[in-house]
Amino acid sequence: MRPLLTLTMSGAMAAPAMAGDMKISVEIPRLNVAEYHRPYVAIWVEKPDQSFVGNIAVWYDVKLKDNEGTKWLKDMRQWWRKSGRELSMPVDGLSSATRAPGEHQITVTPGKGPLKDLPAGEYQLVVEAAREVGGRELLRIPFQWPAKAGEPLKAKGEHELGVVALELKP
Amino acid sequence: MKLSRKWLALALVVGMPLSAQAHRLWMLPSATILSGDNLWVTVDAAVSNDLFYFEHMPLRIANVGTPPAGAPGGRGGEGAKLSITAPDGSAVEPQNGAIGRYRSTFDVQLKQKGTYKLALVNDGVIASYKDGGQQKRWRGSVENFAKAVPQNAEGLNATYNQSRLEPFVTSGNPSTETLKTTGSGLELSPVTHPNDLMAGSDATFRLLIDGKPAQNVKVTVIPGGKRYRDKLGEITLTTDADGKFTVKWPEAGMYWMEAAVRDDKAPVKDIKQRRATYVATFEVMPQ
Repeated sequence: MRPLLTLTMSGAMAAPAMAGDMKISVEIPRLNVAEYHRPYVAIWVEKPDQSFVGNIAVWYDVKLKDNEGTKWLKDMRQWWRKSGRELSMPVDGLSSATRAPGEHQITVTPGKGPLKDLPAGEYQLVVEAAREVGGRELLRIPFQWPAKAGEPLKAKGEHELGVVALELKP
Repeated sequence: MKLSRKWLALALVVGMPLSAQAHRLWMLPSATILSGDNLWVTVDAAVSNDLFYFEHMPLRIANVGTPPAGAPGGRGGEGAKLSITAPDGSAVEPQNGAIGRYRSTFDVQLKQKGTYKLALVNDGVIASYKDGGQQKRWRGSVENFAKAVPQNAEGLNATYNQSRLEPFVTSGNPSTETLKTTGSGLELSPVTHPNDLMAGSDATFRLLIDGKPAQNVKVTVIPGGKRYRDKLGEITLTTDADGKFTVKWPEAGMYWMEAAVRDDKAPVKDIKQRRATYVATFEVMPQ
C-alpha cells in the first residue's frame, strides 16, 4: 500500500496562504437534470507519467448507513485504479462529505507530510468527478514543485466539473 | 444517494417509476431481431442507476419467479403481471422465470413470425394524509384505497399512478398487430416500427394519453453501455401537437426511453391527480 500524503486540510475560511501552501479551488457546476446527486470527487497528485504520488481529498456519501456510499467510489475509475482500491474508506483527514454546487476551496499545508519532502520536479494535480445517474469527468493541472511565483493554474471542465484552479505559494 | 428500500418497494408496487428521485426500471431482451426457427429470447428485468447493468434490485413481476426469503425488494408485494402478446394477438406465458439478487429473468418462446410485445402494466394509488396529527403514507390498489384510507382525512393527497414498461421483439418480418394501443394511460404508437431501427436514421413515434395525442410531453432517451463512457448521452425531446416525436439514433446499441404525464384525469372516483409513465427498450442496429 502506497503511503498517503498526510496533509492538513482546511475549508473555505482558510488562513492567508503561507509559503509552500497549495490552494485548490474546485467548482461543482449546477446542473439542470431530472435526478441530481452531488458528485463524488477525488483529488490527488501524480507524476507526468500519471504514476500516483498522493491523495489530497475524496468527497463521497459518507453518511449512508453501513458505509453503503462506498459502493460508487469505483465510478471515479482512474482514482480507483491508482489508489482507491487500496484504501479502506473512510480515511481520516482524506474523506469527507460530497459538496453542493458552487466553488470549494482546499488549502494543503505541507507540514511534515510527504509534500514537504516531495522531490523537486514536474507534477500534476488531478480532479476526478463522478455523479450517480450522471457523467464522469477528469481534469489535470500540471505544476512545478517547488512552486514558482505566477498566476493560478486553471483547467475547465465541460459537464461534471467547472473551473479547477491551483495556486501555489512559493 | 439512493432511494430507501421502503420507497423502492413502494415504487415497484405502485408502478411509480422514474419520478425525480427514482432508479430506472427496465426490461432487456437478449435480442429483438431474430431469424430462423425454434426461437427464444431471454429477458432480464431490473431496477438500476446505470443502463443496462444489474446493480441494485430485481424488477418484481407477478408471474416471474419466486422471491427468495428475505431478499431485498421482496417486501414490495408481487408486482404487476407481465403480459406477452404474440403477433396474432394471443397471450404467451413467460417461462423459466427466476428472481436473482439483482435481476429477474424469464424466457419467451417465439413460435410465430412477426412482432411480440412484452408489457408490464401497473396501476395503483399513493396517498398521504394526517391521522391524529401524524403524517401517514399509504400505497396500494385502487380497490383497497377507499377502504384503507379515511376519505375525509385531513390533508389527504392521493395520486393515481399508471405505468407501462415495454420491449418489442420480432421474429422474421415485423408485424403491426401487437403495436395497437389500448386507449388507457400513456402509450407508444409507433410510426417507425420499433424493431426496424438503425444508427444514423430517424425513428418517429407517437405518444398517446388515453388514446389521444400526448402533447408537449418531455421524452428522455438514454443509450445503454454507460459504464464505458463519461457522459450520460441523454437525448431530450418534446412531443408535438400530434403527440409525435422523432429520435435520431446516434449509434447502434440498446436504448432506454421514458416519458411521463401528470394530469387530473385519474379514472378513479375521488382521486384527482394522475401520473402516467411510459418506458420502453429499443435496439438500434448498425447500418
